[in-house]
Amino acid sequence: MTEKAKLALYWAASCGGCEIAVLGIDDKILKVDEAFEIVFWPCVMDGKVRDVENLADGEIDVCLFNGGIRTSEQEYMAKLLRKKSKVLVAFGSCAHEGCIPGLANLSNRKEIFQISYHDTPSTVNPEGIEPQTETETPNGTLHLPFFYDTLKTLDQTVPVDYYVPGCPPEADRIWDAISAILEQNLPAPGSVIGAKSTVCDTCPRTRSEKKIKKFYRTWEIIPDPDICLLEQGIICAGVATRAGCGALCPSVNSPCIGCYGPTDGVEDFGARLLSALASVIDSDDPEEIQRIIEDGMPDPAGTLYRFGLAGGLLRRNILQTNGQKKSQAMGSTVSEV
Amino acid sequence: MQRISIDPITRLEGHGKIDIFLDEQGNVADAYLQIPELRGFERFCVGRPAEDMPNLTNRICGVCPEAHHMASTKALDALFHVDPPPTAKKLRELFYSIFYATDHTTHFYALAGPDFVMGPDAPKAERNILGVIKKVGMDIAGKVLKMRHDGHHLIKMMGGRPVHPNWGLPGGVSRGITEEQREEIERLGLDAVEFAKFSLQLFTDIVLGNPDYVSMVTSDEFTHNTYNMGTVDENNCVNFYDGHIRVVGPDGQEHARYLPGEYQDYVEERVEPWSYLKFPYLKKVGWKGFTDGVDSGVYKATPLSRLNAADGMATPLAQAEYERMYDTLGGKPVQHTLATHWARLVELQYAAEHWVELARDPDITGDNFRVLPTETPTEGVGCVEAPRGTLTHHYTTDERGILTKVNLIVGTTNNNAAINMSVKKAAKGLIKSGKVISDGLLNQVEMAFRAYDPCMACATHTLPGQLPMEVRLRNPEGEVLTTYKQNLT
Repeated sequence: MTEKAKLALYWAASCGGCEIAVLGIDDKILKVDEAFEIVFWPCVMDGKVRDVENLADGEIDVCLFNGGIRTSEQEYMAKLLRKKSKVLVAFGSCAHEGCIPGLANLSNRKEIFQISYHDTPSTVNPEGIEPQTETETPNGTLHLPFFYDTLKTLDQTVPVDYYVPGCPPEADRIWDAISAILEQNLPAPGSVIGAKSTVCDTCPRTRSEKKIKKFYRTWEIIPDPDICLLEQGIICAGVATRAGCGALCPSVNSPCIGCYGPTDGVEDFGARLLSALASVIDSDDPEEIQRIIEDGMPDPAGTLYRFGLAGGLLRRNILQTNGQKKSQAMGSTVSEV
Repeated sequence: MQRISIDPITRLEGHGKIDIFLDEQGNVADAYLQIPELRGFERFCVGRPAEDMPNLTNRICGVCPEAHHMASTKALDALFHVDPPPTAKKLRELFYSIFYATDHTTHFYALAGPDFVMGPDAPKAERNILGVIKKVGMDIAGKVLKMRHDGHHLIKMMGGRPVHPNWGLPGGVSRGITEEQREEIERLGLDAVEFAKFSLQLFTDIVLGNPDYVSMVTSDEFTHNTYNMGTVDENNCVNFYDGHIRVVGPDGQEHARYLPGEYQDYVEERVEPWSYLKFPYLKKVGWKGFTDGVDSGVYKATPLSRLNAADGMATPLAQAEYERMYDTLGGKPVQHTLATHWARLVELQYAAEHWVELARDPDITGDNFRVLPTETPTEGVGCVEAPRGTLTHHYTTDERGILTKVNLIVGTTNNNAAINMSVKKAAKGLIKSGKVISDGLLNQVEMAFRAYDPCMACATHTLPGQLPMEVRLRNPEGEVLTTYKQNLT
């Protein structure tokens, strides 16, 4: 009898939705249990970091890692699991491209602390207390991990072998990925394990020529339930987003918000979506185009990079260190304050 | 000074860490539950369009995204000054009732259940959901799995996705339901009502039928005389989706009854340097430290708190169970942390009954599930009862509806001070000089916070109800004297 392959699952800066999604494969989880020895899954079983530290390098066959890297503790775990795993999978949008928590890269540690611990209206903090990595108490020292300026994706922290997209990945796609691992039917290293088409390609809505004079905010219009949402002037990200969900959001008359990220070969989701949106605007007048975009998309960063800011070309806004402006080239490494 | 570090308590949503300090005699001097995580939603949501918030704040928690989605959608109603039509409100409440029944089921059976079904001192390998299944049989396990499966199926059908729905809008919801869908919702709702009855009977047989459990539930180690918070309807009955927020004191007297928009007059938050999670307290009472009593602003917002803060339940079966609980435990308010599990099942009964009521409402399949806002957005507060406590979303925008301020007081955060106190009190009561620190003893310390179903833990719902932990006893120099492991392979 051959030894079972060793599987690990871990979460970092995430919401827990990926874990719930894994459990959504229902009774197939028993097949996973048959095929793998689960050596580390903090939410299910043994969560001891030391047990991972005690493993030989490369002893874990596959590690599914969800969540971005926000604190020193998460960075440590990413590096540890990389060292101990033959195959490291960035699982879900946070590990893959930063997801919603990556929007924090439009800000920094100081501003986040300022709002959370001082400025929010219900906070009363006359002494100006902020959480510290070390706090002395009468009985001993309490420790907290360091909170970084920048949320990083997993592959900005350690080398990653595969990606499973989605916020969260749908249960059927998770099973596809696990099956691919079980059957040794994996694509080339560095690939996204997912569909090649877009959400648009799988959406049941009827499409004709898209020409619009106005983008609507979602609260400004009750869309027809059967016609392409983008044709109705609603910013639907399905045109730029990888398929895999089954066009679930358009099925309840809501636009795709892009949680599956870009398709193969697209380096920057926001740029791809912007170019798709630009192509449906029915105008040649630069001023009119400007107005259409400004009125319908008042927050381009948040709309185009809702899930992909941390992992895209922009990565974050410019960090100011000690009051000095620090220029930052696209895609370059951002050092921490 | 000796020190016990329960680190990491890894089966939590995010990470939690408990430090217990022992004095020279080996008694507990102090204890802290630290939350080592922050993501900064209140900052990075500023600048975003307000209508994105139901989808952005979903991602605060992947286990109860429905609660954030609803609180956010209600905050948008207030922000845009729009009153959703009756069909929209009823659809949202139906969706929310289904979510509640599903969520409470998973907590009771997977997390809390093992402690009672198997016993707090049962062998640790059995003290989990798999042990529960073996003891109660696949017949019962099948009922639990069906309840969860039905709930997630309906949440996806109505809200678009099983995790992170995309459905709520200011003034309503993006899509209604058909008659065919309504029939399925009603049919599965009737199953849920029976499941809730069954669950309460199970609790009665297993817990109330065992004098040891009853004395544990009512023991001083698991009791805190704090204020209690919950949302009530016009008759002061428990409501999850809407109403007034009511706070009653340790004496059972009403301390406050307010609308979500008035929350700033009643709740303040405190910062401690040793945790990333803030500590809310009642503003009019004030912060007096980690202590209970009528003079301390510490409050609880849990299923038991909601029952304490209300005068009853709005559906007949749940009302009967409500009365039975208070009759058994000696009247209101009940301050025993472990009775929270019983209260959770009373709420499960209400959620299931209300689910059926709403599925039978003639408005529920109506076409008028959405109105468009016409007024300029300004400021809005939305509250719902998340399963783990009153959830508050507060937004301010410019005239284009771009967010300028965001404040969030999340379910579990309400209980941060109370959970710290419960852990400390249980540790003090249970860990004594010269007493052997056993597995069962440590598990009872865990039970002190497990009752709160802390959202740090909510991702663990379907999983073994046992926190792997390692306890290290250190001497004053910090050297490890003894290492004790539980649930470690």
